[in-house]
Amino acid sequence: MSISVEATSDLSPEEQKRLKIDLHRSLRRNKIRALMLVAPLVVFIIVTFVAPIGNMLFRSVDNPLVHDFMPQTTIALESWDEKELPDEVIFAALAQDIIEGRKAKTIGKAAKRLNYEKSGMRSLIMGTARKYKKIEDPYKESLIKIKKGWGDIDNWKIIKRLGTSLTTSYYINAFDMETSPDGEVSFVDPKEQIYLKLFWRTIWMSMLITAMTVLLGYPVSHLLASLPTKTANILMILVLLPFWTSLLVRTTSWIAMLQSQGILNDLLVWFGVIADEARVQLIYNAIGTVVAMTHILLPFMILPLYSVMKTVPPSYLRAARSLGATPWTAFWQVYLPQTVPGISAGAILVFILSIGYYITPALVGGQSGQFIGNLIAYHMQGSLNWGLAAALGVMLLVLVLGIYAIYNRVIGSNQVKLG
Amino acid sequence: MAVPSYAGPLERTWYYSFRLFCGAVFIFLIAPILVIVPLSFNAEPYFSFTEGMLTLQPEAFSLRWYEEFLTSDRWIDSIKNSVIVAFCATILSAILGTLAALGLNRSELPFKGAIMGLLISPMIVPLIIAAAGMFFFYSKMGISQSYLGLILAHTALGTPFVVITVTATLSNFDHTLIKAGASLGATPTYTFFKVTMPLIMTGVISGALFAMMTSFDEVIVAIFIAGVEQRTIPLQMWSGIREQISPTILAVATILITFSIIMLTTVEILRRRSDRIRGIS
Repeated sequence: MSISVEATSDLSPEEQKRLKIDLHRSLRRNKIRALMLVAPLVVFIIVTFVAPIGNMLFRSVDNPLVHDFMPQTTIALESWDEKELPDEVIFAALAQDIIEGRKAKTIGKAAKRLNYEKSGMRSLIMGTARKYKKIEDPYKESLIKIKKGWGDIDNWKIIKRLGTSLTTSYYINAFDMETSPDGEVSFVDPKEQIYLKLFWRTIWMSMLITAMTVLLGYPVSHLLASLPTKTANILMILVLLPFWTSLLVRTTSWIAMLQSQGILNDLLVWFGVIADEARVQLIYNAIGTVVAMTHILLPFMILPLYSVMKTVPPSYLRAARSLGATPWTAFWQVYLPQTVPGISAGAILVFILSIGYYITPALVGGQSGQFIGNLIAYHMQGSLNWGLAAALGVMLLVLVLGIYAIYNRVIGSNQVKLG
Repeated sequence: MAVPSYAGPLERTWYYSFRLFCGAVFIFLIAPILVIVPLSFNAEPYFSFTEGMLTLQPEAFSLRWYEEFLTSDRWIDSIKNSVIVAFCATILSAILGTLAALGLNRSELPFKGAIMGLLISPMIVPLIIAAAGMFFFYSKMGISQSYLGLILAHTALGTPFVVITVTATLSNFDHTLIKAGASLGATPTYTFFKVTMPLIMTGVISGALFAMMTSFDEVIVAIFIAGVEQRTIPLQMWSGIREQISPTILAVATILITFSIIMLTTVEILRRRSDRIRGIS
């Protein structure tokens, strides 16, 4: 910050200098004071929030299991040229690792890690470990006798490739690619794609949900913005009450509404729209996810839209009409362009919230309504393939931050408002 | 907004269908809540209205699910846990968030944009990612499956709300008041407690209420880092919905809805008060 001290030019140069220093010092003191106020929360967020996410970033490339639990094999394989079956020395190292790993009960972890890369690796290693008594000199011969898999050069290539302490293999997996034994990376058969497909579905369904919220939210916001304040405030409660209601409560109520013995189906049967035996499956599929999430996210669209529409003077529309515009032209040419900031703010907010969803799809989504978040949770808690969960998490994070960066550029983060 | 007297029949039709559409959306918004409340008084263990309920027979209604809720040790424990965690997390985030907002409001603060981005990141990052990260990191620190871990996590998630609401309150804050205080001989601390604090208090409280609701409603992080001892209400509901879906959950839901109505009213009253004090409306 530069503050002119020219006005005090009747002071001697020395005094001027001192004044400058004083001013500088006081400015710096203020800066430090401001920083001191912010510091506790900054440190807190870094320790409790950013560090865990950074740690997960590292986990998505971290690969200690084979390296740590099959140490001798990993070292011995370093000099192997991958052209033909390893020699006796390497087989001996493997035999040692398996025998020691069996005793320390660590070989299973390495075997499990190898199995993520190629199924069958686990039974190869564990089967050998179970028959450890039969392992004898010469190792090459006896190991191949115990398990034929040791005679397959591809299995050795996989052990060598995963022996490095950092790996891209989780990302290769997460992008639905596979590494051939020769180290070439290619996409898996489109029919077997899991993750990319789910990413597309998550994005596609989030876009659908965002579109639904615009469709339902725009007219309602317009109504709220054009009604007298008193009426609008009362109707606003209908928007704010669901907004403040627990997410789980709302998801539960959608289960009660949509299930096949639920209220909506009961009504349809009662009105004779459908037969009692032909109740519609509205939940535990993509429909359930879209309906429940549209409901949950709708207030996030209405609130920013409403605050923007409030600032559009109604006289503009009247002016357009009096100048001969049809209602449609007046809306399309005059009203809509002025509400675009509200639409984009609401849409990006809804979209960002939507692609990270987990709870609602897990409860009402069945098979076809799952999001990428559900797969991350599955790999965290079900399959325990944490590296893959971390890689998928990082991909989702990059996606969300990318969209947020666009949002920030277009709208500016200080526009975030609550309630 | 009434139909103008010059409107033709087409315009009238459009006007009424517009109203009808908005009415339908309002019903869509409120229906799940309207459905849950009566269903929680169901005498049968079903999730749908029975014949008796529709004909308003008194024996079709009962308070048995409320009784079950209040006599179950697991639910009572979960209430206790939720209150402990939400209380501590709210206090912590209110203090940390208010301090940070005061700092952010100073023009001398360097890297303001970056700091703001960092501080509101817990609101932007999908919870499943935060939860996965915390699961690894907190167990490494030895605080997963403990109250401390859950409180710290919920505090981190709640602070952005406090920062945002207090920053908003401060943006209309008249800084000459502080100078006036100083010129009258008050120490900065005295001015803070006697002048600044009362004026920003509404922002602090509504931010704190947001933080409290976040903690009270949070389930994803709790799934990953809470142990059996730290089961909160949402966690108990989550496992209830997934395992055996009993109307006890509807009773809990009704109680939670009542709770959110109280919170909503409080925040609304605070907002009006704050606007009045600052002379906005």
